Amino acid sequence: MSTGTALRAEQDRGRRLAQNREKWAQGRTYISAAVILIWCLAPAYWMVVVAFREVGFTYDTSILPTHVTLDNFVTAFDTSFGNRFGQALLNSIFIGVVVTAISLLIGVFAAYALARLNFRFKFLVLGFILGASMFPGVALITPLFQLFTNIGWMGTYQALIIPNISFVLPLTVYTMTSFFREMPWELEESARVDGCTQGQAFRKVIMPLAAPAIFTTAILAFISSWNEFLIASQLSSDATQPVTVAIANFAGAQPQQIPYTAIMAAGTIVTIPLVILVLIFQRKIVAGLTAGAVK
Amino acid sequence: MATEVGSTPVKAPASGGTPIHHGPKGVGEDNKILSQGKWATWLLAPTIIALAVVIVYPIISAIVMSFQKDAGLDPATGLFTAGGPAGIQNYVNWIAQQCAAPGGGTVACPPGTLGAQFWSATQTTFIFTIITVTLETVMGFWMAMIMARTFKGRSLVRAAVLVPWAIPTAVTAQLWLFIFDFQGIANKIFNTSILWTGSEWPARWAVIIADTWKTTPFMALLILAGLQMIPAEVYEAAKVDGASAWQRFRMITLPLVKPALMVAILFRTLDALRMFDLPYILTGGANNTTTLSILVISQIRQGFNAAAALSTITFIIIFLVAFIFVRFLGANVVEQSGATGKGKK
Repeated sequence: MSTGTALRAEQDRGRRLAQNREKWAQGRTYISAAVILIWCLAPAYWMVVVAFREVGFTYDTSILPTHVTLDNFVTAFDTSFGNRFGQALLNSIFIGVVVTAISLLIGVFAAYALARLNFRFKFLVLGFILGASMFPGVALITPLFQLFTNIGWMGTYQALIIPNISFVLPLTVYTMTSFFREMPWELEESARVDGCTQGQAFRKVIMPLAAPAIFTTAILAFISSWNEFLIASQLSSDATQPVTVAIANFAGAQPQQIPYTAIMAAGTIVTIPLVILVLIFQRKIVAGLTAGAVK
Repeated sequence: MATEVGSTPVKAPASGGTPIHHGPKGVGEDNKILSQGKWATWLLAPTIIALAVVIVYPIISAIVMSFQKDAGLDPATGLFTAGGPAGIQNYVNWIAQQCAAPGGGTVACPPGTLGAQFWSATQTTFIFTIITVTLETVMGFWMAMIMARTFKGRSLVRAAVLVPWAIPTAVTAQLWLFIFDFQGIANKIFNTSILWTGSEWPARWAVIIADTWKTTPFMALLILAGLQMIPAEVYEAAKVDGASAWQRFRMITLPLVKPALMVAILFRTLDALRMFDLPYILTGGANNTTTLSILVISQIRQGFNAAAALSTITFIIIFLVAFIFVRFLGANVVEQSGATGKGKK
């Protein structure tokens, strides 16, 4: 009897210990998660806070929003100090859309071939495309700088679009290739068996399945074009410069003083739409980002 | 290259490859593969041609340029000299840090000129690469391990790590420039008064911290994807056998995540070796933060051909590092990129 009670007490204690350990582990997970959250979000939060802070309080270090104003957003678009942020936004959108469209249009065929067909030199082609995406931009810039100078293309849109294709197209191809590999292509056969024509099978079965993959790839392609700085910083003019260059060169009223609040406002403007887009399509984007590396 | 693709039919086992629907019906297996090869040629041609135009042509052109002299004023005579074949002189000048001397020949480049910066830029590039990739790997691994656990709010964390990744590098650079301003929040929080961009190591650390912040999420997500491929049963079995947490990490997690980890490290290393945006905006390359990419960009306006030689050297360095990774450290990029089963030789 007494041994039974002792045993039960022992078991209870063991269970409580296990529970405690479990709780402690959970607690540590939450602490770690909080650290990750702060590390990732604090600088971005700081950018937004300063973007809404009055110029006179640029160096105010209170963590919470203080001296809130919208003036910085007006200043960001102000052209009187030689900044052309509004124009740069339009340039970036235009360049991004064209680069994305061309890369998708060309890349979708290559991705289909790489994902679905058997042919010789497949590994060579895959290796070539992956190698191309890792290619250093500086190795392209010198000959392009000379070429575009010679043919009078410096500062034109095409001088910015063409080099961007060199890294957006490989990214597009390999992201889409891994998406296409995962697609249930048997459904196409089934649709044919069920009496669809090839065109119908493609339109009604394959297209809806491929659409999310293509859309995600488009977002990734657009983001990488949007973020490009090296080539644009050398080959663009005041009229065609994208936002990255505009923000890097942002000038203030005093040449010695960096207009941080306006820069943070401009940064917020170029970042927030991307962040929202990325958060909405989070799962797909993570799948696309990691597609090249695992599986 | 495009014409070569599929010009010879290969009898690869069509494992996993579903029959192609474009091919003519009722033909033999050989013909089917032949037609697949033909199709592949047509489908790949636009991409290959586009990449040939935007990448292969510039590389060849850069290599040709790198063997040419830069036209310019002869420092000795003050007269304009035309270019012309230079042999390997441009390369020698960079590597030996020699500059054209008055009266022909070369002398050691005076300190401060671009020509004198080759080795310091190479060193800086490798310092940045080694420190950032190490930090990003360790932190990324840790973040991935946390994100792989089940807890409330996990999706919030997974979403949050995408924020630094989504912010353009140019914006990141300006943001950290502000954070590291003398009157900025970094000095306030650490209660220091460091002129971050004013001397060598603070400036380097500013770049390293900003880069780590920006790219650790990418690393974490790649490693997380690798972690999620490990079946939970393996851990259960190890637990039953009495393996400690550390043993489970070392004997199961590490070896199984290694392929994905190596590819992630390779990607990041190649990316770090061409680092430009962050140091260019954050420090302007001052105080020994000039990377090879920044040096190339500075050289362009002083002479295309010397810049072409330097960019070719940079390209070769990056290529060699990639080669070492793939050959000796077992980062199998092509296979990892998922040619799972299909067309594998």
